[in-house]
Amino acid sequence: MANAVVNPKSVQQEQYKASQTTWDGIAETTEFKDLMATKRVFIVPAFVFFVVYYFLLPILVGYAPDLMKTRIGPVNFAYVFALSQFVVVWVIAGLYVKAANNFDRLAKDIVEKAHNVQGGK
Amino acid sequence: MSTSLLMFLLFIAVTLGITYWASKRSLGANAFFAAGRRITGWQNGVAIAGDYMSAASFLGIAGLIAFSGYDGFMYSVGFLVAYLTVLLVIAEPLRNAGKYTMADVLAYRLSPRPVRAMAALSTLTVSTFYMIAQMVGAGALVALLLKGSGISFQTAVIGVGVLMIVYVVFGGMLATTWVQIVKAILLMAGTILLSILVLAHFSFNLSDFFAAVGHVTYHDHGQVVVKDFLVPGLRYKPPYGALDLISLGAALIFGTAGLPHILVRFYTVPDAKTARNSVVWATVLIGAFYIMTTFLGFGAATIVGRDFIVTHGGTNMSAPLLAQSLAGDIFFAFISAIAFATILAVVAGLTISASTSFAHDFWTNVIHKGVERRPGEEVLVARISAFVVGAASIVLAVVLGPTANVAFLVGLAFAVAASANLPVIVLSIFWRRFNTAGAVTGLAVGLLGSIGLILVSPSLMAIDPPTVVGAARHLIQAKAWFPLENPGILSIPLGFIGAIVGTLLSHEPSSQHKFNELLVRSNTGLGSEKATAA
Repeated sequence: MANAVVNPKSVQQEQYKASQTTWDGIAETTEFKDLMATKRVFIVPAFVFFVVYYFLLPILVGYAPDLMKTRIGPVNFAYVFALSQFVVVWVIAGLYVKAANNFDRLAKDIVEKAHNVQGGK
Repeated sequence: MSTSLLMFLLFIAVTLGITYWASKRSLGANAFFAAGRRITGWQNGVAIAGDYMSAASFLGIAGLIAFSGYDGFMYSVGFLVAYLTVLLVIAEPLRNAGKYTMADVLAYRLSPRPVRAMAALSTLTVSTFYMIAQMVGAGALVALLLKGSGISFQTAVIGVGVLMIVYVVFGGMLATTWVQIVKAILLMAGTILLSILVLAHFSFNLSDFFAAVGHVTYHDHGQVVVKDFLVPGLRYKPPYGALDLISLGAALIFGTAGLPHILVRFYTVPDAKTARNSVVWATVLIGAFYIMTTFLGFGAATIVGRDFIVTHGGTNMSAPLLAQSLAGDIFFAFISAIAFATILAVVAGLTISASTSFAHDFWTNVIHKGVERRPGEEVLVARISAFVVGAASIVLAVVLGPTANVAFLVGLAFAVAASANLPVIVLSIFWRRFNTAGAVTGLAVGLLGSIGLILVSPSLMAIDPPTVVGAARHLIQAKAWFPLENPGILSIPLGFIGAIVGTLLSHEPSSQHKFNELLVRSNTGLGSEKATAA
């Protein structure tokens, strides 16, 4: 299986190489700006939401002990709130994967276009 | 020979078999450092879980919950939520723009040598702190788990160290990955079994279980106390308890995304989409595991009892003792073997990330300016540094001894990762103005800030009564200057401020010119590293 050993150099040569003007050009296209805007619309609110929601836990533990002691069935609010953090993580992760399929589609167009431009040179 | 020892040997045999298999496939740099980038999404997700759920999680958190109830569970929550930072901010840009280490991403538009030198220093610091904590814990634990087999702390440390060196030096990333996968599957199986047994003990009646958790009885300073273990505040008390929890939370949710041994895992998959899917797999496994830590911890508190655990090895033995009391010695041996597997998989991950950073960042790119003088040199250097890292950890752990106060080292590793690594990764991906001076000052301030604050924290500064002797004594016998155990709340902002001020005080047009390239690469995957052919 000696021929299966890939020379790292040959891998490097297959990689996409472009001048700075090309990169700047891609960054200025509407397709790329679209991709960035689409990502931002999901990622920024999702990030802010989970960070705030997470820090509510130590803040409530520290500054609202009575609320945390409130009984809910066999457990209390503190335990339910901690468990809800797990649900939040899974829901946001699931929503992100869904949203990211859209990012992938937009990115694929940009990548294909870039390769076509380079191949046509 | 005890059953525990037999199960340990079985696990060692399986993992050495994996290493032998991987050694024939770990030729070439891509194969050695990144497993050829051919690990699939679910495999990498399981491996991330295996890399992340250390003995500190399995034994440490079960013990914390058994002793401090709800406050211990707060760690579990933070450890999982951290993966949203990894998923939303770090994993895909890193995979798209990097090759083997986080410094690859920084080096795109910044001056490579100073940035890589600082990033390597920070990586080695995080890995070393984490490693020493794991090794000292491993030695103490293995000696305890195999009590009666005549295995001392030193023998256990040397055994763990030699095994991790063998995995990494011969099997590279591929062997490390599969050791982590096997371990994660064992750990999940053991945790599920243990949780079911705990619930069976309460006839699967959750009300009875939580009623017992509400009335945990134990002795404290000679007094009988009854506590509700679902109520927060048993560990973190006023005046600084709440701030300490917030600080710990910040270090956890921002530190995970800067842990070098987690970051290198994203280079083992073919593309960013697979990296993303692997994080989702990891959140499912890690989340399920951490929810079950409540059954383990509360189970140990109610079924075994704090008093019994204190006299039979202490907090870390909570989970194995629970297994013993529920299903006897064979199950104790099984859970002990899982704990052992857990330690081995984590230290192997730490070793490979440290040696990758040394060989790729420091040796090839800083000393030799990015030129590999002979083919295979980078891998050879990595193998040698894995050996050195392993040998040094063995020596350090043996010198420190089993009673050394090392628990704070894991917190420190997270704090350094959150305060030094995360700010510069985030700023280099998102801030056009960011430059080399900013990256170097950010890394330096984050690193020194978190170490400095830990040095003057209650973890290292306290006045011990004369009865506390040897390595268990606090390093500085004086009242702590900084009141919190975890420095995150102050050191993370310091890391960001250092990076921003360093940037604004200097001028480097080239870093801004090349920002578009990094932006396009990290967001589209254009020109990213491809998997090698099978």
